[in-house]
Amino acid sequence: MSNTATVQTAQEAEVHGVHHDAHHEHHEHHETFISKYVFSQDHKMIARQFLITGMIWAIIGGLFSVLFRLQLGYPNSTFPWLEDLLGHWAKGGKLQPEFYYALVTMHGTILVFFVLTAGLSGTFANFLIPLQIGARDMASPMLNMLSYWFFFLASIIMFSSLFVQTGPASGGWTIYPPLSALGDASSGSKIGMDLWLASMAMFVVSSLLGGLNYITTILNMRTKGMSMTRMPLTIWALFFTAVLGVLSFPVLLSGAILLLFDRNLGTSFFLSDIVVNGKILPNEGGSAILFQHLFWFLGHPEVYIILLPAMGMSSEIISVNSRKPIFGYMAMVGSLFAIAILAFLVWAHHMFVTGLNPFLGAFFVLLTLLIAVPSAIKVFNWLTTLWRANIRFTPAMLFAIGFVSLFISGGLTGIFLGNSALDIHLHDTYFVVAHFHIVMGVASFMGMFAGVYHWFPKMYGRFLNNTLGYIHFWVTIAGAYLIFWPMHYEGLAGMPRRYYDFSNWESFKMFGGLNEFISFVALIVFAVQLLFVFNFFYSIFKGRKVKDLNPWGANTLEWTTPIRPGHGNWVGEIPEVYRGAYDYGKDGREFIPQTEPIGENESHH
Amino acid sequence: MSTVTIKQSKKIHPTMFTLWAGIASIIMMFAGLTSAYIVKRNQANWTTFDLPLIFWYSTVVIIISSITLQLSHKAFKQREMAKYRGLVIVSLLLGLLFIVMQGIGFNQLWIKGITLTKNVSFSFLYVIVGLHSLHVLGGVIALLVLFANAFSAKVRNYNIVPLEVISTYWHFVDILWIYLLVFLLMIR
Repeated sequence: MSNTATVQTAQEAEVHGVHHDAHHEHHEHHETFISKYVFSQDHKMIARQFLITGMIWAIIGGLFSVLFRLQLGYPNSTFPWLEDLLGHWAKGGKLQPEFYYALVTMHGTILVFFVLTAGLSGTFANFLIPLQIGARDMASPMLNMLSYWFFFLASIIMFSSLFVQTGPASGGWTIYPPLSALGDASSGSKIGMDLWLASMAMFVVSSLLGGLNYITTILNMRTKGMSMTRMPLTIWALFFTAVLGVLSFPVLLSGAILLLFDRNLGTSFFLSDIVVNGKILPNEGGSAILFQHLFWFLGHPEVYIILLPAMGMSSEIISVNSRKPIFGYMAMVGSLFAIAILAFLVWAHHMFVTGLNPFLGAFFVLLTLLIAVPSAIKVFNWLTTLWRANIRFTPAMLFAIGFVSLFISGGLTGIFLGNSALDIHLHDTYFVVAHFHIVMGVASFMGMFAGVYHWFPKMYGRFLNNTLGYIHFWVTIAGAYLIFWPMHYEGLAGMPRRYYDFSNWESFKMFGGLNEFISFVALIVFAVQLLFVFNFFYSIFKGRKVKDLNPWGANTLEWTTPIRPGHGNWVGEIPEVYRGAYDYGKDGREFIPQTEPIGENESHH
Repeated sequence: MSTVTIKQSKKIHPTMFTLWAGIASIIMMFAGLTSAYIVKRNQANWTTFDLPLIFWYSTVVIIISSITLQLSHKAFKQREMAKYRGLVIVSLLLGLLFIVMQGIGFNQLWIKGITLTKNVSFSFLYVIVGLHSLHVLGGVIALLVLFANAFSAKVRNYNIVPLEVISTYWHFVDILWIYLLVFLLMIR
């Protein structure tokens, strides 16, 4: 090795704190199929693995919602093909009540954890963190690979639970005991519940391995010049997401461990004075509310684990396609930080009507409503970024704007629900269903789609088809509002969630037509998602090729890599960073990449 | 090479950093369990009982193991490899002894009629102490790997990072145990 090479190694080691990365690009051609596509340690491949696994789960979870919407929309019809598909779960072409609950439970579990946690932050944290901070890979590529394979294992266990004879878990995605703790209480609380808990334990491990890596990588592996305040907002958002995950998932795990003991070893952490099938159980002294505390201490941060990556990506995409700097960069970072802190202080607002001390409830009302402040700051900044901008309406941009729209309309109903007094009427109604589907479910999906459309060229070296993208966007956003807007009215009228059939209820009969309409729209929206899936896989192989290194004219570092970067991302040295990520429309120039040194006469923004 | 090492030691090594973040998550897990314990204790049906005497001896054992591991760290730095290996194996065995002693403690409780399912306050003790022992076991396995590497004929390894990471974790589970012991004594 020559002297200069040694010096370069030393410099790089100094910058990144590790030795291994200087000669990465030379190893590449030794990769086998297995090490490149299966047990890959390349963060970009792991990201694609997370994304495609997440998409498969999204199709399954979405299909489940279509199936139970059939029951809700057409409670008096039978669908003989359902029996062919589902066997005894749909005897006579009608979903059985037990299976209806299983579908609702699995829909929630799959979408919340497997799609919007693993599929969203797993994909984009893996893909964007090293590329946007200027690192060759994650701090520990090995742990990163394990993170995916634990997720894969969790997926296999959860998927297999769909096929056991007594059916998958069916006590709701929140798995409250005593229902979830007692196998005799319902068929879904038998082996299906054990598989659910085992799968979630694997999922927690996966999420922790990933999160630890993301935090370490962001704090330790930034390229020269990439100070924390020069990082793109995507990275800030993914950073806070990882912190939330690392601090809240272990608490879910401790709750799940106690529940496993109650289920299988006869302890009574959550059980007391219960009669099942006329038999008095010996369990005494447990508290079911205790589980809810442990669950929601994760459960609420989980909402932000889902939402923050969508916020970060939308911020970046809105700024790039407005050709304007993001309005109030530091306010954006500060509000992310405030949301991350408040996420840990509001969990009891899920428990206002469980017998929680009303005095205690008042504090949680206050803290909950405080979240409106950082949320409003973010909305204001997105709107002011869009204000009088030279907007390019790419599909990614439309989805990012759609995210802002849904975040506003879903966030407003949060102000209703955050009040413990109003919650007495609104809890467990369709108002809640509408609120969280809009603000967290569909909004985060919008952010995820925005990310996929925007970074697809970097992932696969080809573009997604734009026309299909526009159809996908307009049907999805219109459909989202048509599905969930009417649910607010149903909820205000008191229509409870989780019910199997409303046609026997005098008070809710009038919503028959509306429910049918919602189900019909849900079917169409689901079909359009399949169109997106087609677009995705078709474009991987046949999409329009990317010819330009920087197709969107963006400032961030990922666009300085080759069109199809190998393991190690940059050929030669990692570029140095001289400025923040948002110098758009400055000094008469459309954009100034982060790698360009500050000019002598450059103005301050 | 020496300049690189000096420059690196100023900054926290990524693996070490990952460990600290992992420690934060382990703390959250035990915070969840101990706060559940506090909530439950303030409700009906809580029984107070004495911890077995052997938990005190096991505390001494785990503290000594931390000291021996620290000494092995010192020996490694001075390149006294024979001493280093000896101290690693002593720490490892003390860790195993700790786990065995916790098991004996469980056995004594069980014989006295303080069984897992009899009362929720007993259940908490078994779960919390048992989970802690599992974390100690994780440290023992890590030390075992380190020990095997120290005897590897192929690689002459003078990288101190693995040892530092493992000993930080080891001291952490040590302190965690002292916290849990104080917690279980004070709040019952």
